Amino acid sequence: MHTTDLRFQVQNLTRVEGEGSLHLTVRDGLVSEARLQIFEAPRYFEALVVGRTPNEVIDIVSRICGICPVAYQMSAVHAFEDLFGVEVDPATRALRRLLYCAEWLESHALHIYLLHAPDFLGYPSAVELARDHRQLVADGLRLKQIGNQLLALLGGRAIHPVSVRVGGFSRAPRRRELTAFAPALREALALSRATVDVALSLTPPSFEREPRLVALHDPREYPMNQGRIVSNDGLDLAAQAWPEAFHEVQVPWSNALQARGSDGLPYLLGPAARLVLDHEQLHPLAREALDASGALESIRRNPYRSIVARGIELVQAAADAIDIVDAYQPAEAAAVPWQSRPGVAAWATEAPRGLLFHRYEVGEDGLIAAATIVPPTSQNQAAIEADIAAFAPRVLDLPMDQATHTLEQLIRAYDPCISCATHFLDLTVDQAAG
Amino acid sequence: MTLTQQPVPARAGRAHEPQRPRVGVVKFASCDGCQLTILDLEDHLLALTDRFEFTEFAEATSKRSSGPFDILFVEGSISTPEQAIEIVRLRAVTKTLVTIGACATAGGIQALRTASEHEAFRAAVYPSPAFVDSLAVASPISSYVTVEYELRGCPIDGHQLIELLTAVATGRRPQLPDQAVCLECKRRGYECVVVARGEPCLGPVTQTGCGAICPGMGRGCYGCFGPREGANVASLAAWYVDGPDGPRSPVDVGRLFAGFTGAAQPFRDITDRLGGRPAMPLRPAIARPPELVGEAPPTWGAPTKRVDDAHD
Repeated sequence: MHTTDLRFQVQNLTRVEGEGSLHLTVRDGLVSEARLQIFEAPRYFEALVVGRTPNEVIDIVSRICGICPVAYQMSAVHAFEDLFGVEVDPATRALRRLLYCAEWLESHALHIYLLHAPDFLGYPSAVELARDHRQLVADGLRLKQIGNQLLALLGGRAIHPVSVRVGGFSRAPRRRELTAFAPALREALALSRATVDVALSLTPPSFEREPRLVALHDPREYPMNQGRIVSNDGLDLAAQAWPEAFHEVQVPWSNALQARGSDGLPYLLGPAARLVLDHEQLHPLAREALDASGALESIRRNPYRSIVARGIELVQAAADAIDIVDAYQPAEAAAVPWQSRPGVAAWATEAPRGLLFHRYEVGEDGLIAAATIVPPTSQNQAAIEADIAAFAPRVLDLPMDQATHTLEQLIRAYDPCISCATHFLDLTVDQAAG
Repeated sequence: MTLTQQPVPARAGRAHEPQRPRVGVVKFASCDGCQLTILDLEDHLLALTDRFEFTEFAEATSKRSSGPFDILFVEGSISTPEQAIEIVRLRAVTKTLVTIGACATAGGIQALRTASEHEAFRAAVYPSPAFVDSLAVASPISSYVTVEYELRGCPIDGHQLIELLTAVATGRRPQLPDQAVCLECKRRGYECVVVARGEPCLGPVTQTGCGAICPGMGRGCYGCFGPREGANVASLAAWYVDGPDGPRSPVDVGRLFAGFTGAAQPFRDITDRLGGRPAMPLRPAIARPPELVGEAPPTWGAPTKRVDDAHD
């Protein structure tokens, strides 16, 4: 038996500061274990929200992630309204979905153009990419900007918007404010369609596996704010019942808790899971883009194809946003009155990176007694490790820099939050006699 | 459009480029929102990279540098022993150190926990806290090293960032407003949420720079740019407890000040007196609390490679 320990030193990873690392144990050329270590400095959000009011929680949890603050606000606000029995105005419901569309545009465009495309084309960043393909990067930045501008229109600013409140919004836009934005959204739709073509032109490394996919599902619409939790192996349960099918574990090598299925196995969230499980609910224009791409099966089997999935979801978000803006009729009041009620508030929404579950215990005093927040990246962690274990044997014979690059690109394919999403693996090899 | 693949690893920069100021962007404990503000300067981003060389910006580029830096933007608070060592090292290789955002400048919301509460926080989140390396308190950068400039906000304002970069590059002092949000709100003609809605607002004691976003969106300011120097914070707190639109319970008022800059001294003084910081004791929330597992991560279920199958 010959054992080689390969240690991939990771310098920057998943909202992580300090050293993280990827540790592969290789026996006879076979990878027996992959450990993705995350050294994120803990900020204890689940403890920070204790003793707070629901509206304060909405402001606080957005700070978990500067890239997808709306996702955190949405899972929280829906959880509280579900517990309190708040019936929001249909216009509020539409605006929340519009806000989410804006975040998907911003987040997916950022990932595709600034983080992921440079990988496929061999550039260290979008800055270098722009030297040779300035228009490409400019288009990506414009698409991202339109998402950010819509976020600011609805929420006051793009990062940590301020208007989401239990019962509705602190301020809802006038109809003419939204109609004035419609041309920008039509531009975003055109840029999104072009993005799908760009993504399809990028050659993915060949790699196929059979992942377990989990996403929200709503027969009426592509999932964002609501739906039941479904999987490609038959799971179907209410979003509030997340703890019945999944659980979190702490592993000694990571500061991020990992979530796993009740059978202890990993599962994958995000654009690929949504497209596979919910493609029948796509907006007709997004469905058209997906069908024309012929890429659904490769999106399911090859994680490197997630860039195409994000492109199609850009079309979805832009087309959906246009429809919402065209149909928008403001509510009489931006928010409806509500009353607190003690109990458990739980909900899940689809963050750009996948299903985001929140659970709060609300006390008699209307304040939070306890909280559980399960971000998509912590749920995808075990899936990433499983994919690395399955993929790594193919790169072990490559020169070290190429092996590192290919594994980095694989981790980045999950868009596991931005600070980890750049080139961070610094590969060194320890040879150990087995 | 034809996209050509470049060899890996990436190309070196062009040889004829003039020396541009070397800018680094690093983060400690934070949400990435402030450095994302740089990438959100879409109209200016490519122009900025023409004038400044971003030699370290892990959020945006694979090219790494440990210094030296002409300008270093620091996001996040110092929350682990390794971070405390790293910020001292970075300071030594940096000419102008600029903190960006509430975490780096005031500690951020994670700085609300006190040293005595640290173990309770860890135990509330992790089943085996011993594996989690974390300092008892989260601190602003200025607790460890000298800071030349601070950009406030949660997140920072992009235009303030451009102003600061331009000023430092040309050797002048940056022009950053030091007035209250309240003044900017009046200038913009927004309806006063305190007067019209009876909603408490920290605008009178908070430094502006945001554009009075919260009152503009019909709600009270929550102080994310931090206390304005010399503001009479105690008076405002007392007014919200006993004032004409009161009374409110002291702890309800305290919570207003226990936000993203709640560790800044004038705000912390209020919560020391009135309460409002995270409630103790803390306990895990979920029906099935996380457990510690030590085994290798599971594969997809049908392992592609089994150790048992390996032959000598």
